[in-house]
Amino acid sequence: MTTTVAHVHGGTDAPYALSHLDSLESEAVHIFREVAGEFEKPVILFSGGKDSIVMLHLALKAFAPAPVPFTLLHVDTGHNFPEVLEYRDRTVARHGLRLHVASVQEYIDAGKLRERPDGTRNPLQTVPLTEAIQRLKFDAVFGGGRRDEEKARAKERVFSLRDEFSQWDPRRQRPELWQLYNGRHAPGEHVRVFPLSNWTELDVWQYIAREGIELPQIYFAHEREVFLRNGMWLTAGEWGGPKEDETPETRLIRYRTVGDMSCTGAVDSDATTLDAVITEIAASRLTERGATRADDKMSEAAMEDRKREGYF
Amino acid sequence: MTTTTEQLSATTLLRFATAGSVDDGKSTLVGRLLHDSKSVLTDQLEAVEHASRNRGQETPDLALLTDGLRAEREQGITIDVAYRYFATARRRFILADTPGHVQYTRNMVTGASTAELAVVLVDARNGVVEQTRRHAAVAALLRVPHVVLAVNKMDLVGYEETVFAKIAEEFTAYASGLGVPEITAIPISALAGDNVVDPSSNMDWYGGPTVLEHLETVPVSHDLTACPARFPVQYVIRPQTAEHPDYRGYAGQIASGVLRVGEAVTVLPSGRTSVIEGIDSLGESVDIAWAPQSVTLRLADDIDISRGDLIAPSASAPATTQDVEATVCHVADQPLAVGARVLIKHTTRTVKAIVKEIPSRLTLDDLSQHPNPGQLVANDIGRVVVRTAEPLALDAYADSRRTGSFLLIDPADGTTLAAGMAGEAFAGHTEPAAPDASGASDDDGWDF
Repeated sequence: MTTTVAHVHGGTDAPYALSHLDSLESEAVHIFREVAGEFEKPVILFSGGKDSIVMLHLALKAFAPAPVPFTLLHVDTGHNFPEVLEYRDRTVARHGLRLHVASVQEYIDAGKLRERPDGTRNPLQTVPLTEAIQRLKFDAVFGGGRRDEEKARAKERVFSLRDEFSQWDPRRQRPELWQLYNGRHAPGEHVRVFPLSNWTELDVWQYIAREGIELPQIYFAHEREVFLRNGMWLTAGEWGGPKEDETPETRLIRYRTVGDMSCTGAVDSDATTLDAVITEIAASRLTERGATRADDKMSEAAMEDRKREGYF
Repeated sequence: MTTTTEQLSATTLLRFATAGSVDDGKSTLVGRLLHDSKSVLTDQLEAVEHASRNRGQETPDLALLTDGLRAEREQGITIDVAYRYFATARRRFILADTPGHVQYTRNMVTGASTAELAVVLVDARNGVVEQTRRHAAVAALLRVPHVVLAVNKMDLVGYEETVFAKIAEEFTAYASGLGVPEITAIPISALAGDNVVDPSSNMDWYGGPTVLEHLETVPVSHDLTACPARFPVQYVIRPQTAEHPDYRGYAGQIASGVLRVGEAVTVLPSGRTSVIEGIDSLGESVDIAWAPQSVTLRLADDIDISRGDLIAPSASAPATTQDVEATVCHVADQPLAVGARVLIKHTTRTVKAIVKEIPSRLTLDDLSQHPNPGQLVANDIGRVVVRTAEPLALDAYADSRRTGSFLLIDPADGTTLAAGMAGEAFAGHTEPAAPDASGASDDDGWDF
């Protein structure tokens, strides 16, 4: 018998139990296949971050031995970690996938978006994202959002209907019953789909360890020149840091999330292996976003407000 | 893989829902459960403390942990179901936190549809009230396998055993009558922390588990695998590559039961038969698979199978029907009337249908039936008879929550109208089962 059965039985007392990771995996695969069965032109949002990497891994398993029947879309803020872009391109090439890139920098250069005074580009992603969805006529857009990330996301459906402006209206969400996902939508509308809704940060890391999934190296402890801003360690770069009163120093750090460099903070860590990362996450008293995301700290409802406008 | 990883991933997953009206202390219970099980992290607690101070409150309001939306915080109410995640050393939990006000029937149906356990909260001072009976009835209708009665605010009744015993007895009699298979009553004070996570020294007379202990040890339902196997086909996998020129697999999630290589199967609604030649479990070949695993089946014969078909063992294949009799909970704002043209989504199959009859509307307060209401409005629960344009391989909801459930959808705008459960309403009641009609249609002249 295969390893599937071996780890299914591990630690459970019933002959036909599933471990929690197997339950989550099975549910996510079911969601990918529902979308493939019901939509015309789905796309996976792929940033090279761990959640989108896990999504792609699940999609590869869901349709094996056939290729993934979706293209990928990356909203490039122009402030990406070079290691992550390199990983992105290598992964796309390895699996023979097609990648669309929506570029915040192009919007700024064309005068369609204006740089914010704080230099943060995360909120600027919404316009290129929603315009790419309209232009390329995607009707289902997979995101790696998890309900444990943030309290507005805890209210999000697995299938989240968006109007032609990509807006999310939390008061007008469809009830989601059993595993019967209703993806019906009018032309111009689309559905955001979150296969990792029920996963926690720890689940994601445990799954990465179990499946032996490769990640960009910035997720593991390394020495890097960083400086302190608003209580977070940010990487120096052309995006606008450090300023005169900010002093760079070399620290042993790693990243818990990967986003725009201007607002993604590093955490002090000596975790150089997956097991060490899992031990660190299990013991952490800070949430992933609380520890590393400046943009969520802008206001009590920052995420909700961005989501309403069409952000993930 | 290290020991740490194995130990952490060996735990099972329990999905549960909470039900309680606004003043029963549900938010406090959820907050206490998260807080005392150390599932609230420092930055979340700081955010709650900060927000509470901004509102002029002296102590952190734990309800702010669960009210995530701007409007919820502004109005101090819970608008919609939210899902919470926490873990102990023994188990992982997904909590469907359902709001207890106006729209609670559809919200509780939403939360309970995927729950294996429901916590019904009662204020010890008020005992079993109308709301409690409604919550018990919804849990019974949705066939939630385990129900916990949490008798809250025991501190306000002097921690009296007799108060608890009377409420527990009344509730158990009522819920058992509805067919709820397992009921556990626990006396608690969510505010003081009695019997939520830690045992209470104020109630020495109580020898049972705390709420968390019970959640950690209740058996996760495996009856899915004791039922006949059902495999709704989601997607046909045909790589047509040099490496796999002839591969043809039927992808899906096993809805119930166990499937084995070599088993004789029937494909519905066509009725064609074949034998399972191979089972691919996410890229790796296995001999046996069970619910709720997502797998891909390969059959010995090249027969026409597509999304929406159901593969079942030939020995225990379900009958197909075009006449569905069911209980529905109406979840939309627009009403559902006799004669309405709808779509019915059952497993992976969506077909046209018409509402032929609404024989009764159920009053949850006393379980009385209001005959021929003509239509159902938001939060109504009623019996319906639906005629479908194509045959469905439908089980009774009592036998399978997955293949006995369906949605009614408005074909015009895609709105989910109703949550449907085929067959009898309550396990404790005896109503005639849905008729097993032949596949022949006597009403082919529809013009959708």
